[in-house]
Amino acid sequence: MSFIKSTFRHPRLPVNDLGLTYRDYEGALSTLCAGCGHDSLTAAIIQACHELSIEPHKVAKMSGIGCSSKAPNYFLNKAHGFNSVHGRMPSVTTGANLANQELLYLAMSGDGDSASIGFGQFAHVVRRQLNMVYMVANNGVYGLTKGQLAATADKGVRNKGGDLSLFNDIDLCVTALQLGASFVARSFSGDKQQLVPLIKAAISHKGFAFIDIISPCVTFNNHAGSTRSYDYVHDHVTTGAIADFVPVKTEITSSGDSAECEDVCLHDGSIMRIQKVDEGYDSTNASQAIMDIERHKQDGKILTGLFYLEPTASDYHEINDTNDTPLNQLDQDALCPGSRVLNGINESFR
Amino acid sequence: MKKTDTGNYQHFLKVVDCQQACPAHTPVPEYIRLIAEKRYTDAYLLNWESNVFPGILGRVCDRPCEPACRRGRVEETPVAICRLKRVAADNKEDISAFLPKAPRKKNGKRIALIGAGPASMTVARDLLPLGYDVVMFERDAKAGGMMRSQIPAFRLPEAVLDEELNYIINMGLECHFGEEISSLDKLLQANFDAIFVGTGAPNGRWLKIPGHDQLDEKSEYAQIDTGINWLAKVSFEHLQYDENTPAPKKVVVLGGGNTAMDCCRTAKRLGAEEVTVLVRSSFETMKASPWEKEDAAAEGITILPNYNPLEYKLEQGRLVAVLFEQVESVYDKVGNRTLQATGETLLVECDQVLVAVGQDTAFEWIERDIGISFNQWGRPKVNSHSLQSTLPTVFFGGDAAFGPKNIISAVANGHQVAISIDLFCQNADPIEDRSDTSFNLISQKMGIHEWSYQSGIDHQERNLVPHIAWDEAVKTLTTEVELGFDEQLALAEASRCLNCDVHTVFTESTCIECSACEDVCPMDCINFVEEESEDAQMVKQFRVSELNTEQSLLVSAPLKTGHIMVKDEDVCLHCGLCAERCPTGAWDMKKLLINNINATIK
Repeated sequence: MSFIKSTFRHPRLPVNDLGLTYRDYEGALSTLCAGCGHDSLTAAIIQACHELSIEPHKVAKMSGIGCSSKAPNYFLNKAHGFNSVHGRMPSVTTGANLANQELLYLAMSGDGDSASIGFGQFAHVVRRQLNMVYMVANNGVYGLTKGQLAATADKGVRNKGGDLSLFNDIDLCVTALQLGASFVARSFSGDKQQLVPLIKAAISHKGFAFIDIISPCVTFNNHAGSTRSYDYVHDHVTTGAIADFVPVKTEITSSGDSAECEDVCLHDGSIMRIQKVDEGYDSTNASQAIMDIERHKQDGKILTGLFYLEPTASDYHEINDTNDTPLNQLDQDALCPGSRVLNGINESFR
Repeated sequence: MKKTDTGNYQHFLKVVDCQQACPAHTPVPEYIRLIAEKRYTDAYLLNWESNVFPGILGRVCDRPCEPACRRGRVEETPVAICRLKRVAADNKEDISAFLPKAPRKKNGKRIALIGAGPASMTVARDLLPLGYDVVMFERDAKAGGMMRSQIPAFRLPEAVLDEELNYIINMGLECHFGEEISSLDKLLQANFDAIFVGTGAPNGRWLKIPGHDQLDEKSEYAQIDTGINWLAKVSFEHLQYDENTPAPKKVVVLGGGNTAMDCCRTAKRLGAEEVTVLVRSSFETMKASPWEKEDAAAEGITILPNYNPLEYKLEQGRLVAVLFEQVESVYDKVGNRTLQATGETLLVECDQVLVAVGQDTAFEWIERDIGISFNQWGRPKVNSHSLQSTLPTVFFGGDAAFGPKNIISAVANGHQVAISIDLFCQNADPIEDRSDTSFNLISQKMGIHEWSYQSGIDHQERNLVPHIAWDEAVKTLTTEVELGFDEQLALAEASRCLNCDVHTVFTESTCIECSACEDVCPMDCINFVEEESEDAQMVKQFRVSELNTEQSLLVSAPLKTGHIMVKDEDVCLHCGLCAERCPTGAWDMKKLLINNINATIK
């Protein structure tokens, strides 16, 4: 019986500024299928949080329903968490964020949770510019209900059972770009070198950060003919620019060919160092990013990497000019100032 | 990085640290699993095949396996391998029916063995079932060599020794006890097809410091004696202390090895009131096994490190004290030790000194003109594989070949020599015609989350072996101090074994590079890295790049994306989670089976 992970750890494991090893950021042992992309995603989140020295108790893990939404159980078991109704994670996160804006909101959703039942909620949370990291584990099928085609499956592909995808796919990155997200990226669960810096940057970014992560379903969508299988993605993945995350404390040294490198300062002072691969790449132009995504799709390529970044965007609290003190820290007198104040407010509307 | 050669057993054997460290390559994890299943007889026989003396070694082995045990790298202490071996010996049923028998029809070849220590007896054990006539000459009255003469009965009971030696003697070994060979040349005339010399290192070294020459070292009850001589006299009951010849009251033991520990504990049992061990080195670098030092200290023996003997002090011809100077061990850059006197001296009163500062081989009975060459240390020149000397019919092994080592090394040499003699007697070349072994790797998968071995990791600490009360222990010479594990302790200790012989085997062609194994591995052993020209650059990509260079890497061929898989074998728990998580079966847990373990001793 080996379904128990030993608590022994490598004797020379690095520790972060808090004195923790990455194993202190783990959760329960995953019960997802062996080889599920979501487990790699989980490992990438653990690595990112460890390397950023995030205090686990200052994180809230938010999710809806689906294989992807089970995943928060498998990382940061010392963090807060809320496993909400199907597709309603954005509303719950909005409420939580209003009550306490000091937590880091790490949201995990899936293609069903965000592109089907929760598509409306997704659209509005993007519009609201809520300060959160919204990650979608996108595998193109409903794995938890045995592999029906999802709304993110490419038109014309067949699922494992042979059903044909008749309709146009929803590209969540394009939707997020159209609706004004200030950080949009796509990555692949099988490429942690790309994924981990993106997650770190998304955490450091203030505002709505969206990462669509292609995360193959080994059980229902890893067959020949699938466009979300490990082999297909490995073969067709491409990127417009390589983004590296430079933490706040690191001394910034100029790299060899600085002409090709662009440094973007994030909200907390850390740096996103972008090395162009495509000549026309521009991280500040949302409409061009949409065109790039579509163009690659037509060429049969999957474009990944950082699509768009607006480091100085306002978030929901700034737009709404909310109180600086989180609601959950306000006392009874401040929250309920009495009838005299209420009368004054009512008077102002007469 | 070069792809690991998995078509050979070498990589896999090296991963089984305990088995690799054992000179005889005893399949340790396999016998521990048998103990865990309470199959003590099977566990004993598996041991017996490799190391010939499980009951003896289960008590007094040097245990090179334990410092090597992987458990010592993932937590504090290794598995108590040696004590588990004793459990198999203590709890086995009658094994006589399972032992190989010598064939009635012999092959017509006669082999002589000189000495009846562990090396000789192993040669006999291996050759008798093949039909050889084996004739053994031993100067003492019983077999066992240093196992009998130098190891006190409170560590190794005589009954255990006799039992395991008799298994071999009863195979039809022709024994000549009390017969010392005084001329090899003469024995060569006796038309043996091969001769094995296993005479050990029987000469204890003296310390010729002032005062030594005034003491009569030859008399039976000499006030000064070498440790091994004195232990042999006690063992063979040549020393009979009574009112007229009282046992020494104040004993000084010089030296810091296991012989010194046996001397001091024996002296205490004979009635000494003050026993002091003085050694030139520091306490930590003393040669004695740590558990020997602990046991001696527990019995009330004082160990004084960093003292160098200067002079034996005599009064009216009788030894009354030894003068020491205090020294400090100073190490230079390459680790060579020099002793620097601190200027302090110490006078230790005593009426008996036991010198246990080393021992040497003795070959004055080998004529120098018969074709056997000796090296600068006075030891015979032998081929390291075949152990054949420059005179083709004569083979050496054990301490006689390499100076004082330990029992298990002697047993390993015995196996090597038996293979050599067998080849030599068939007119084959003992080096060129030596065959290697074949091996198998057998999947241990039984079903989902189910393996045929205990894959879950037991996090318990090492169990301590029970012993009789220390104040009782020092009263008798023959009562065994250690009681051995009872069944409950044995099973608890057995479950600490990490089953390192169940290997993680990787198949490149089925890997889809999903990284599930890399993510789940509790010890961060598995890495998928980009190939680079410099190995050091590739190591930088590892999850933990600070490597233990004594351990191997398992390197794959390039995978579909061009990346390669590199597994650092150092702290792998063999928990099977990589295989459990692999969606395509690219990882499997496979048990290593070496078909001829003796052929792997090199």
